[in-house]
Amino acid sequence: MKATISPERLTLPIGTRDHIQGLIKAPMILLEYGDYECPFCGQAHPVLKQIQQALGKKLCFAYRHFPLTQVHPHSEHAAEAAEAAEAQGSFWEMHDLLFENQEALEDEYLASYATALELDVSRVVEEVLSGAHTARVREDFLSGIKSGLNGTPTFFMNGMRYDGPRDARTMIATLEELYV
Amino acid sequence: MNHEAKYNQLYPKGRPATLRPGTKAPEFCLKTTPDQSVSLIDFQGQPIILAFYPADWSPVCGDQMALYNEILPEFQKLGAELLGISVDGVWCHAAFAKDRKLHFPLLSDFEPKGAMARNYGVYRDGDGVTERALFVIDGDGVIRWSYVSPIGINPGAGGILVALEDLQKREEPHKEEVTA
Repeated sequence: MKATISPERLTLPIGTRDHIQGLIKAPMILLEYGDYECPFCGQAHPVLKQIQQALGKKLCFAYRHFPLTQVHPHSEHAAEAAEAAEAQGSFWEMHDLLFENQEALEDEYLASYATALELDVSRVVEEVLSGAHTARVREDFLSGIKSGLNGTPTFFMNGMRYDGPRDARTMIATLEELYV
Repeated sequence: MNHEAKYNQLYPKGRPATLRPGTKAPEFCLKTTPDQSVSLIDFQGQPIILAFYPADWSPVCGDQMALYNEILPEFQKLGAELLGISVDGVWCHAAFAKDRKLHFPLLSDFEPKGAMARNYGVYRDGDGVTERALFVIDGDGVIRWSYVSPIGINPGAGGILVALEDLQKREEPHKEEVTA
């Protein structure tokens, strides 16, 4: 396990500001810093679902935005669309749709996902275009920078950075070792 | 003659160590474009970040510079200017900066090759490239923070931000005295 955990630590602990699945008091906390347009995050998405299924209530999964907007031109609006969905109680549904449709993240597609989720589409569009959630996404991004992030996806397990292989078996084993 | 013996013959006193905090930053004047140069003295009164990296186009460098491009507004909020430096020529830098849409200057430590890197103690003789090294220099031209990363690892920007924030804290009480 030692080789997969780096000395980097999370500087902004998981709290009420965060998007989480599971209980914040769960013994294992897995945080992902991700970018909806990053192909490696896309590959990790189904792996994370497997991990969540395997660990059940023992795991709390959290997600923060880390869009590299100069490299991924649609990543910022995609992240803000997820926040706009959060404002209507549907963050995780939008989150899944974005990762499942990484090749289609232009604004018109973002609006179509809001339609598919039966959200107030004009409100989502208005919030994304007016930058209503820009500050929130930037706050996530900067918290990542301060925790030494250099790319995506980056994972923290109980506040410690995980640098190991991104397969369910190794990640589950590492989480379980941290838990014991 | 083996590599080490050759090295010792060329540099009988050994390679100069990486310059440490508290050291006066060596002056430099390097080209950023075919007809423009920048010097340390241009930044009097303003903190600068020097980011030495081994080469344009290599994957990690690309990610590192892309990441810094993303954090530029934060560096600017802290009053600092970012300069990237490698031994690549100006035309190579121009193509690289255009491709990656970089919004900060790249300095060409090209002729005599690696002269600036040698002065800062971050030239890799055997490889003919610079270390992946970071320096934060204050407005008086004194190095306040330095870090040499393993060459294949993107060091992120957490250390730079902490160093710049420390600089600002150092200067703020002084400002209050002046206005009082």
